[in-house]
Amino acid sequence: MTASPLFDTQEEQGLQSTVDRSSGRSKLIHSLYSRPTSAIGTSIFLIFLLLALLGPIIAPYAENQQIVSDARQPPSSEHVFGTDNLGRDVYSRVVLGARNILLLAGLGTLLAVLSGTVLGLVSGYRGGLLDEGLMRFFDGLLAIPALLFALLLLGILGPSSSSVLMVIVIVYTPIVARVVRSVVLSVKQRGYVEAARLQGERQSVILWREIFPSVLPVLAVESALRFSYAIFLVASLGFLGVSVQPPTPDWGLMVKESRNYVDQLPWTMFFPAAAIAILVVGVNLMADGIKRFLLAPD
Amino acid sequence: MRRYLLRRSGFLLITLLFTSLVIFIVTQYLPGDVARVILGREAGEAAVQDLRAELGLDDPLPVQYFRWLGNFLQGDWGISYSTKSEIQPLVLSRLRNSLMLAMITLVISVPLAVTLGVIAGLNENKPVDNTISITSLSVVGLPEFITGLVLIQIFAFRLNLLPANSSIPPGSSFAEALPMLVLPALTATFVLLAYIARLTRAGVIEELKQTYVRTAELKGLPHHTVILKHVLRNALLPTITVVAISFGWLISGLIVIENVFNYPGLGRLLVFAIDRRDLPLIQAVTLVTVLAFALANLVADLLYAYFNPRIRYE
Repeated sequence: MTASPLFDTQEEQGLQSTVDRSSGRSKLIHSLYSRPTSAIGTSIFLIFLLLALLGPIIAPYAENQQIVSDARQPPSSEHVFGTDNLGRDVYSRVVLGARNILLLAGLGTLLAVLSGTVLGLVSGYRGGLLDEGLMRFFDGLLAIPALLFALLLLGILGPSSSSVLMVIVIVYTPIVARVVRSVVLSVKQRGYVEAARLQGERQSVILWREIFPSVLPVLAVESALRFSYAIFLVASLGFLGVSVQPPTPDWGLMVKESRNYVDQLPWTMFFPAAAIAILVVGVNLMADGIKRFLLAPD
Repeated sequence: MRRYLLRRSGFLLITLLFTSLVIFIVTQYLPGDVARVILGREAGEAAVQDLRAELGLDDPLPVQYFRWLGNFLQGDWGISYSTKSEIQPLVLSRLRNSLMLAMITLVISVPLAVTLGVIAGLNENKPVDNTISITSLSVVGLPEFITGLVLIQIFAFRLNLLPANSSIPPGSSFAEALPMLVLPALTATFVLLAYIARLTRAGVIEELKQTYVRTAELKGLPHHTVILKHVLRNALLPTITVVAISFGWLISGLIVIENVFNYPGLGRLLVFAIDRRDLPLIQAVTLVTVLAFALANLVADLLYAYFNPRIRYE
């Protein structure tokens, strides 16, 4: 008899949160577009996302198609961003490269957020030796600066896109886990969690239905931040020449390769570098907007 | 204070031990047989086996780890596979170069960033603040290599003022090296500037809200006295920690910047070592960098505790 009203309220709460979420989504979009900075950032991100999705349709040439007769051309109506020393169309390579960087950074962030969330939830809720051990382990990992750790791992895994993906996951999982854990610690003693526990709910149910909703806003902000750092990291690793290898149209790698001809073919450096700069700043502004909306609503 | 120092140093030691273990374990998974790498492809199997035994590669991993750590502590860092020379002098001379670049960067960026942050904080949400904040938000996001390449384009190629290549020859004096240090240091300054300025701004805004500020204003103290003697004293305290955290950023940033400018520091050495898959060199560079990072954090913690006695008794 006591169980059913509790059950009912939970159902209601569940419904309530679905309603909140859908109106929350339109509120987020509204909020992002109410400030000029985050509106610009979000638009930039969406444009690049579109490029990544439709790249092969938009790009006039294939990424490694060499038009030898057109090599080393400055920007023209034929090749809007010019061609490189091998006769490849820079515009096509920049457009097709969007997929590379967004996929690596996006997928890497997603996996890191997933594993960090699971570890943070379980570690924070369980507490005890598991929590202590895991957190000390993460402290140790975080004592190594992120890029240094990334380079160390890439030195071992060898240069490839799957290595970059693994590096992002390994470097960012501890950070996400700690953020999630701190929220779990602050809510796990609350009445509704206690009630669910006394009611005999399974641990996974408590974590997912009672605790996770409180983690969500902080997690969303952290994911946006991690995503912007991941883009930064992918571009930097590409530039250092330790991630994907030529002839992949990786923007960082394109900038690195263009350095040998920059005095004669400046456009081969300018366009991929500008693409990185615009995307990084755009995602930063968007992440800042998401943070303002979720953590400091006015 | 002494107990605090002891506890923090103990913590540092544990961190370093753990990190060295991580570095050791991670580098064990480098593909390829080390003895085969040293001897080359043509060497006979017997010679490879002999060298494996000689290097102790057949021993159990814990034995190898403690031998490696023991040798490292005694200053025997091994021989680089790629340069075939002693690692220690190479790494130490590169460390000296990296520290020189880091110091110049801190000397330029910290006073500048703190000033900008204080100005922004005191003028919260006024045009000055908005200009500083928006500029820093965009600049802080730019990867170091982009900033560096832009500066090269402007100051080296267009204006012909400074060299684009900072490969200072070994043994050159500070005065000789200085012109080559300007552009890399400027690039690193851009990385730190926005970051430190933003955190200083937040500190100032936080302190301005405190009741003691209102008390001081209401008892008739001149505005600048309140700002200088009350607000800034408290607001700048966290800046010490911020500078230490930025040191970690600076290390990451310098790895990239050194590669942009061909500057012979640890970051360039690390990328070189990774390119050549030079295991002992990767280990040594990583360990030394982590050590520098951990020491910077320790110094910052101690300074903070020195200026803020509340921390010591936590």
